[in-house]
Amino acid sequence: MNLWLVVFFAGLLTFCTRLSFILLLDRIKVPDWFRRGLRFVPAAVLAAIIMPQLSTHNAVLDLSFRNPQLYAGALAVFTAWRTKNVLLTISAGMAALLVIQFLLGIL
Amino acid sequence: MTTRPREFWSGVRDETPILLGVIPFGLIFGALAINAHIAYPLAQVMSSIIFAGASQIIAAQMIGAGTSGLVILLIIFIVNLRHALYSASVSPHLRHISTGWKVLLAYLLTDEAYAVTITHYNREGSPENKHWYFLGSGLTLWTAWQVSTALGIIIGAQIPQSWPLYFVLPLTFIALVVPALKDKASIAAAVTAALVGLLTIGFPFKTGLLAAAFFGILTGLLVEKRSV
Repeated sequence: MNLWLVVFFAGLLTFCTRLSFILLLDRIKVPDWFRRGLRFVPAAVLAAIIMPQLSTHNAVLDLSFRNPQLYAGALAVFTAWRTKNVLLTISAGMAALLVIQFLLGIL
Repeated sequence: MTTRPREFWSGVRDETPILLGVIPFGLIFGALAINAHIAYPLAQVMSSIIFAGASQIIAAQMIGAGTSGLVILLIIFIVNLRHALYSASVSPHLRHISTGWKVLLAYLLTDEAYAVTITHYNREGSPENKHWYFLGSGLTLWTAWQVSTALGIIIGAQIPQSWPLYFVLPLTFIALVVPALKDKASIAAAVTAALVGLLTIGFPFKTGLLAAAFFGILTGLLVEKRSV
């Protein structure tokens, strides 16, 4: 298949996936649990994205105490919980990552 | 009610920090596409037509490896299935807007715009003009993605390895999700999804993410049912 066509269809497919339920939920009746389940989508999907990113480095699982991302992530969770502030959470997490990377480097 | 321009610019502002994590990926994609001998106009077109980072990076690698078009399409479809979940999740908030708006916002429905926008929808305030916020955050990400792809094509991915900018993405998601965990059921959903996400790390094409989201949502529903 011509590469331009592949890209075109890949775009169409991606777009249709994104549009799917935005249009469908207006038109079809879905079971009650489906609607109630939607409330949990952000928490579940975002947690599912976050955890593997904290616990792997270069696609290798590292749950040891030498993985600075775990400490930085924990500090970010704490900061987000206490302050509800996005910029503060990012800054605290980044600062923690850099400092702990540095400390583990000289240990 | 918040005015339209105000909503739009709040969306732009709230999307901005996450760009620090997105731009390196745009650069990497641009550089990767050129390495895979994809013609540069096509590499740029991929970013505007597909507009989905993870699947573009996978597609560039598969194109470089000479994978057949149908296999590439199938894999992109699987990698992007999580967007159907986002679609369902924003759908109740978009009831009142026209189909044209829905089509436009669906095109802009990426991980990063979704995370920021759904958080805004779940906060207080009249939902009437919140689609302008969605547009603001979506367009901000879109612009950054197009520009960083172009830069990656032209100059390559010239960011020192020692700058862990990739880490801005999980940190922003943490900042968005943690304050929204206000009851037992949503905490249970997040913890379950995190654990299943950990167990399924080796799964290809983001299928682990789908499994984790599924079990997270299921757990949320079960805990909610028990505590009612």
